[in-house]
Amino acid sequence: MHISIDSNRCIGSAQCAVTVPAVFEQDEDGLSTVIAGREDGAGQPLVREAARACPVQAITLTETDRT
Amino acid sequence: MPDTLDAPITLADGTDDAPAYPIKRRCPYHMPPGYEELRDKSPISRVTLWNGRVAWLVTGNEVGRRLFPDQRLSSDVLDPRFPLLAPRIEAQRQQAAAPPLVGVDDPVHARQRRMVLPSFGIRQVNALRPVIQRYADELLDKMLAKDPGTTVDLLTEYALPMPSAVICTLLGVPYEDHHYFDERSRHVLSSSGPEQAAQAQQAFTEILTYLDNLISRKQDEPGDTLLDELISRQLEEGKVDRHELAMLATVLLVSGHETTSNMIALSTMALLAHPEQLQALRADESLMPRAVDELMRYASIGDMLMRVAKEDIEIEGHLIKAGDGVILSTMLMNRDPESFERPDELDIHRQAGRHVGFGYGIHQCIGQNLARAEMEIALATLLRRVPTLRLAVPADQIGVNAPFVLQGVTELPVTW
Ligand code: HEM
Ligand code: SF4
Repeated sequence: MHISIDSNRCIGSAQCAVTVPAVFEQDEDGLSTVIAGREDGAGQPLVREAARACPVQAITLTETDRT
Repeated sequence: MPDTLDAPITLADGTDDAPAYPIKRRCPYHMPPGYEELRDKSPISRVTLWNGRVAWLVTGNEVGRRLFPDQRLSSDVLDPRFPLLAPRIEAQRQQAAAPPLVGVDDPVHARQRRMVLPSFGIRQVNALRPVIQRYADELLDKMLAKDPGTTVDLLTEYALPMPSAVICTLLGVPYEDHHYFDERSRHVLSSSGPEQAAQAQQAFTEILTYLDNLISRKQDEPGDTLLDELISRQLEEGKVDRHELAMLATVLLVSGHETTSNMIALSTMALLAHPEQLQALRADESLMPRAVDELMRYASIGDMLMRVAKEDIEIEGHLIKAGDGVILSTMLMNRDPESFERPDELDIHRQAGRHVGFGYGIHQCIGQNLARAEMEIALATLLRRVPTLRLAVPADQIGVNAPFVLQGVTELPVTW
């Protein structure tokens, strides 16, 4: 799995960072980013839930060969 | 053929297909009469507004989550086709300037949102927690200094001044001035009845004028609050003009008051009516964050979120035509049995994460992290410090707000 955030869409709701703080964090501008090195989801079970919770659907999960 | 608002409607059971809306709640947190029927027509039905206009009502959680982010639905309150829930709001529109954030679409919305966003992040809110805790304790110190058995209005003694002090601190409004806003914010967001339209209007103008003066004072004597930052990073660099900045600050100040205070009052009332859940929370404060989300779902105090369709939208066999009014009912979406089991039961142990109590889409509440922190601290501190807290009058005698404003109670008499 590969996680990315479209920072042009992000409205800084922080839903993702609250749901999975091990993968998402808010930067100084209040927008969220994927923590470097955790783009594969770091085995966190709630990543999908975070993507669903995003109010502007800014989080994309792409399946890779090995998830 | 898809179903449209102006298509003739025949119903086998002969009931009115577009009932009058909004409907006043009898109990401040239960569904009002008529909501069962609307829920049966999920996910989309029609309602008739005060002026006879028929609008779409979105009640299904999944469909609502698809429509909220749809850019063809607009929050532009200056659009003459924008649906209004009461004549008083019509009067407010005469201002001819849309309220920043809530009342505008992208790209203006995105620019405004990004200006203020840094102050509402999780880290910033966590840094405010000790301040929030101190305000909660100070207010309870004052309340508990009275004799046990005294009746106090929890709304004006605790639920309202706490968020008020917090948003004033965050914005940089001097604490000694915050009483000035408590009453005025209430008039803007929760005053009922057409005769109060002028009062709401005047309160808004007074807050705006105050903040405009405050901006001048801060230009002379800068500090380090949100308003100071907006002045130095945006106003003085020409990225925002003075009127827009004063309006933005007004919207933040007003939305930071009334919303959270109503939730603190309603949550207290709902928990007192569910003593076993209240007991569980007292015994284990780590349950609080989840409980707060469940209370948000259950009370859905910002029930009706209005939009106007800028283009045709086909959804679930209906054709929402350009110019149609669309109302998203957060309460019905939050009590959609497809998304929540036993939706009408309060259950602080449930995972209530998918509620839309803070909205959804680009306008989702910018203050939600702050509001959650305030609610968690306000409720935990109240339960901890006032173990014998109870209502001072029967619950059914407590006044409920008018249906077209933010939901809440007119007062909350309690004793201990
Ligand atoms: C429990 C308390 C609160 C509730 C229930 C609540 C509810 C909501 C809802 C439902 C919306 C979406 C409106 C729409 O889609 O049209 C919203 C937006 C907003 N809220 Fe809150 N809110 C709360 C607390 C706060 C606080 C503490 C602030 C502090 C500043 C705040 C500021 C705002 C602003 C500025 C918007 C507009 C955001 C935008 O358009 O991008 N709210 N709120
Ligand atoms: S949930 Fe979506 S909008 Fe909110 S911070 Fe994360 S990416 Fe941004």
